[in-house]
Amino acid sequence: MHRFANPARFLRLASVIQPWTAAVTLLLIGAGLYFGLLVSPADYQQGETVRIMYVHVPAAWVAMAAYSCMAGASAVGLIWKHPLADLIAKSASPIGASFTFLCLVTGSLWGKPMWGTWWAWDARLTSMLILFFLYLGHMALLNAFDDPGRGMKAAAILALAGFVNVPVIKFSVDWWNTLHQPASVTRLGMPKIDPSMLLPLLLMGVGFTMFFVTVLLLRVRLEVLAAKIRAIRLTQIHGMPGADPSGEALG
Amino acid sequence: MTSEQAFSTFTAEGLVCVRGERVVFTRLDLSLASGEAMFLLGPNGSGKSSLLRVLAGLLKPAAGRLTWNHQALAEDREGHAARIHYVGHHDAIKPVLSVMENLRFWGRLHDPLAGDAAVKAALERFGLWHLRQVPGKLLSAGQKRRLNLARLLAAPASLWLLDEPSVALDKASVKTLEAVIAEHRANGGMVILSTHADVSLPGATELHLDRFTPTTPPEFWA
Amino acid sequence: MSRLSEIIRRDLRLALRQGSDSVMVVTFFVLTVVLFPFGLGPETNLLERTSAGVLWVTALLASMLSLDRLFLADYEDGSLELLALTPTALELLVIGKVVAHWLTTGLPLMVAAPVLAVLLHMHADGFGTLLLTMLLGTPTLSLIGAMGAALVLGARRGGVLLSLLVLPLYVPVLILGVGAIDAAVQGLPADGLLLMLGGFLLGALPLAPWAAAAALRQALE
Repeated sequence: MHRFANPARFLRLASVIQPWTAAVTLLLIGAGLYFGLLVSPADYQQGETVRIMYVHVPAAWVAMAAYSCMAGASAVGLIWKHPLADLIAKSASPIGASFTFLCLVTGSLWGKPMWGTWWAWDARLTSMLILFFLYLGHMALLNAFDDPGRGMKAAAILALAGFVNVPVIKFSVDWWNTLHQPASVTRLGMPKIDPSMLLPLLLMGVGFTMFFVTVLLLRVRLEVLAAKIRAIRLTQIHGMPGADPSGEALG
Repeated sequence: MTSEQAFSTFTAEGLVCVRGERVVFTRLDLSLASGEAMFLLGPNGSGKSSLLRVLAGLLKPAAGRLTWNHQALAEDREGHAARIHYVGHHDAIKPVLSVMENLRFWGRLHDPLAGDAAVKAALERFGLWHLRQVPGKLLSAGQKRRLNLARLLAAPASLWLLDEPSVALDKASVKTLEAVIAEHRANGGMVILSTHADVSLPGATELHLDRFTPTTPPEFWA
Repeated sequence: MSRLSEIIRRDLRLALRQGSDSVMVVTFFVLTVVLFPFGLGPETNLLERTSAGVLWVTALLASMLSLDRLFLADYEDGSLELLALTPTALELLVIGKVVAHWLTTGLPLMVAAPVLAVLLHMHADGFGTLLLTMLLGTPTLSLIGAMGAALVLGARRGGVLLSLLVLPLYVPVLILGVGAIDAAVQGLPADGLLLMLGGFLLGALPLAPWAAAAALRQALE
């Protein structure tokens, strides 16, 4: 099985791709910020604060996409025992958690002018909050074992269980929200979308995604190198056979 | 033991075992036929326990395959489980259940048709029948180990995988174990065990695990 | 199937003889619910309005109390290895252990809930639905909890970690359970919500034991 996963090839490939994704990230986010902050119009209701949307909404997209990526990699790792897939799942989760956190913080910043409060139990924000807890659980489980392999396998099962649960959570939170939310509170999210707003939103969305890919590649490379170092240490500790000729029949 | 077991063979081919990120042994082959016994020998860390767990199906080998009568076992985990008894380092005895209850549970779980007669015979054989009402928490280490070994007789299985079965046993109990294993082999059973050199099994083969320790660093991360 | 009943009987016998977590779980449930009037004030209206939520949140926490022990004892004394080597699907044995866990924690919680509902002045129309939601919801808690308990076997700080893993997954049960009771109290039909709660249970019934069994096999490797 290890034959199919070639970290050396991955390292070569990643080091070729990564400068490009980094450049595209800078370009897209730069353009997105330019169009979002300078070119696009202010909302007639929300004024300038609507520009928070250009960070908030793409962050939510990437946060959810990262969870799907993590669950997909976990499934591959569980089914085909592909060690790189495990490392991808492990590396994706802190990045996804960061985007979720960014989404929550910008949501809170946006909520203050819109609702007059830092936090409202808006359906989307609440779902993102639970997603954040799912990420936290995943990261905690990953690091809870002395054997890193065991942590990755347990976390993979958790990621899949969480992935199955996310739609149920989303649905129940939406239902709960319509039940309790006073109608006067506007939901966060996209107002009636104008093309001049759509362009920066999409630019930022793709830019954030490329940023995710860049950081993911970087983290996976580091994980591969760390695994190499551990392998070298292990051979140092246990030594190569032949060095210890006292092969007694003791156990 | 029922003696209806036909002649069977159990083989392992090219087993590779990885624990954590360390390769414990590579390209290990072994084969065993009805009536045979095998000692696993090797220094600490050479993978005796790991090999027994691989053979039991608790641990998936990183490579290689197991066969029973030339049929690959990977697809038939439950069928394999029905054929084996595994005795590990822990005795799996519940402190609040009596000796009888402990053994009866494992017997029935292994084979729902196993009757109390087999449980009684197993307890008598290992000298525990007079303790049958005693809760597990009052047993000594040696008695616990004997109760664990009594599982071998409480429900039938062809292949016994014993990890240091003689730990905590006195001389008389080791003799009982040797006799039980001899009968099992006479009935066409197989035994693989790792142990200190205090169990004697006439005609048993030896497998030196240190011969299979990898000679190169693990190729994957290298 | 006889193996399933074998393991249920063993776990029930163990729970009975070990002085059982049931008493602890119910005591925690009662005690925590009783704290709420001190925190919120004894106003009948307020307590009545919050009763469904208080009962369900507390029941969630109480049902988690005994979870970390679900597989831990078997893991530590070597029983889990032998269970995994039983000639049957490990998933089936997990279901057996979940059934035993529910009988020793979920069921007592269900019995205690109406009594506590009286203390919280729950509206009379809510009692039937309360019992139904507990009947449909607590088995789901045991199922999801079993998965969490299997995942944290051998982990550092398993108990705290378990709550972090399991509580977010409990959210739908909480929302649907409380929603159904509130609907019933307001004279609205609760059938749809109860059906969804039942659907969640039916979904968890195959998936959670599968995940738990996979996690147990990992833990034993």
